[in-house]
Amino acid sequence: MTYVTHADLGGRLGLGPVIPERDEPLFHAPWEKRALALTLAMGATGAWNIDQSRAAREQQPGYLGMSYYEVWTGGLERLVTDRGLVTEADLAAGHAVDPARILPRLLTADQVPAVLARGGPTEREATGHARFAVGDRVRTATMPAPQGHTRLPRYVQGKTGTITHRHGVHVFADINATGAGEAPEWLYTVRFDGRELFGTEGDPASSVSVDAWDSYLSPA
Amino acid sequence: MTDHDHHDHHHHDDHDHDHSELSPMDARVRALETILVAKGYVDPAALDVLIETYETKVGPHNGARVVAKSWVDPAYRARLLADATAAVAELGFAGRQGEHLVAVENTPDTHNMVVCTLCSCYPWPVLGLPPVWYKSAPYRAKAVRDPRGVLADFGVTLPAGKAVKVWDSTAEIRYLVLPERPAGTEGWDEARLAALVSRDSMIGTGLARSPEAVA
Repeated sequence: MTYVTHADLGGRLGLGPVIPERDEPLFHAPWEKRALALTLAMGATGAWNIDQSRAAREQQPGYLGMSYYEVWTGGLERLVTDRGLVTEADLAAGHAVDPARILPRLLTADQVPAVLARGGPTEREATGHARFAVGDRVRTATMPAPQGHTRLPRYVQGKTGTITHRHGVHVFADINATGAGEAPEWLYTVRFDGRELFGTEGDPASSVSVDAWDSYLSPA
Repeated sequence: MTDHDHHDHHHHDDHDHDHSELSPMDARVRALETILVAKGYVDPAALDVLIETYETKVGPHNGARVVAKSWVDPAYRARLLADATAAVAELGFAGRQGEHLVAVENTPDTHNMVVCTLCSCYPWPVLGLPPVWYKSAPYRAKAVRDPRGVLADFGVTLPAGKAVKVWDSTAEIRYLVLPERPAGTEGWDEARLAALVSRDSMIGTGLARSPEAVA
């Protein structure tokens, strides 16, 4: 089954100007802060990883019409129901009617500061040499029919750029999102000229850099 | 004020009452919270601590301290550019969504702008939670194709020859822009300088404020 993401927006035309909100509040409604906290607390249980949560959010068909906390709420509902942690009957009733499952961890209030301070570092010990060095020219993969979550945006697929940073070996999002393990790989920053990405419409005095895992790259 | 603004958890038992005034999203998130708490998956007290953390402790004032220090302390600036995660941790800022930080400096020749075209990645320990526009489709679409157009949307015009470097946060590296120090701030101390460092200047959709702007 082809994987459909609605979140890959880089370079898309026709979405209008950016409209900053003057004196924007941190939250626009009380439910937004609860949605944030529920997402973080459930993320800390170990029931899924961050790449699985991004995959759940980006597959929602109504994505473009949702506010970002609506995206998070829908993603959270999908994550808990996909795993049987919450059932459709629970959601329909608005309270728990089916029994709970056992989760790896519970985030308690006293643990919050330490858990936030630790975060979720993704760097892992390198077990092999990096294939590319800073200054190398590389070409990105193309994914005409993605089979799952990926962090290589369409606007940089099949493009040639230059390695500017090596970040060590990091959990590979595309595999981690499937639940098949961390599959860590060398991670690089690759810089592309604006014209390479967008042709004559691109800004000749601008560049765009993305962070790209080894699997996305081949020598140019 | 709603029940959720209280820190008294007995109110959570009252969710079934008085739904008439709730928006659909309010009702939906309350139901989800009720279910997750009843099943023992979340500790309601932890939710309050999480919210309080991002409402009161973590925000762009953290990043402003980092930038101000980088303006007055060349050795710190060098450490920040070499290893931002470690340099930011010197000031006590670290953790979730800032595990691997990179600082990028604006210069007379170069302006930097940060985006996450795929979702909403943002350096939380230094900037807090992202504003709505940062997560919006227009910004995510336009920042990579037309960064000068984005700056125009924010009322900012760069000198014609200035290069723009856009950083799309596609992995777990998080970027912090170091804006240029405004003219006329010679001799200012860090605390005074920090007041010039706007959130948008650390994303790259704005510049640091001028001394006149805060006078």
